[in-house]
Amino acid sequence: MPVIEISQSIDARGLSCPLPIVKTAQAMKTLRSGATVELIATDHGSIKDVAAWCRATGNILLEQTSDGAVYRFLIRRT
Amino acid sequence: MDDPLNLVLFSGTDDKLQAAAVLTAGAAALGKPVNIFLQYWALDAFRADRIDRDHGLAPEAGQSGRAAVDALALAGQAAWADTLRQAKELGGVDIQACSLSMDLLTLEPTDLDPLVDGVEGVTAFYLNAGEGQVVFI
Repeated sequence: MPVIEISQSIDARGLSCPLPIVKTAQAMKTLRSGATVELIATDHGSIKDVAAWCRATGNILLEQTSDGAVYRFLIRRT
Repeated sequence: MDDPLNLVLFSGTDDKLQAAAVLTAGAAALGKPVNIFLQYWALDAFRADRIDRDHGLAPEAGQSGRAAVDALALAGQAAWADTLRQAKELGGVDIQACSLSMDLLTLEPTDLDPLVDGVEGVTAFYLNAGEGQVVFI
């Protein structure tokens, strides 16, 4: 399995909806196409929100994992 | 996603302004333009010298609602003004004060927080709203 290089990590733990998505959108603006962002969040809404945001904006949700109530997403900028 | 979301904010309590800020930030993150028109008590809450103060809650909140909102704030939930600032950083968010409400509250543009981009009448608001939904809060 190829190693995914993370360009930027966003620690959104403790932030409530929709700030994890806002931080992700802000980060994406500064990155080049193909770059990957890691988002770590505790907002339960982020499970559905990140997937919906990726669908709407055309970015790619590469990976989604959870460790208890902490969610981790890898998103590639298109 | 091109039609703007148009929010008419009337209420000046922190819970309704928080709900409006969340709707705004979510739309901005999707690249959807947002036009906000501030009337009456919502406009009063955007006064530069009062924006970070406690604006109370809607009557239906009651004591238990007050406790729940306080608990979220203690847990680190961003204040509505901060959420709006983050949304504006993403771009596409325009906040205008209703000129009639400016007269009602005897406000000058310099009395308002920098979050507010300008003053306009309802006709300009409708023109900018285009085909997008209008939501009254």
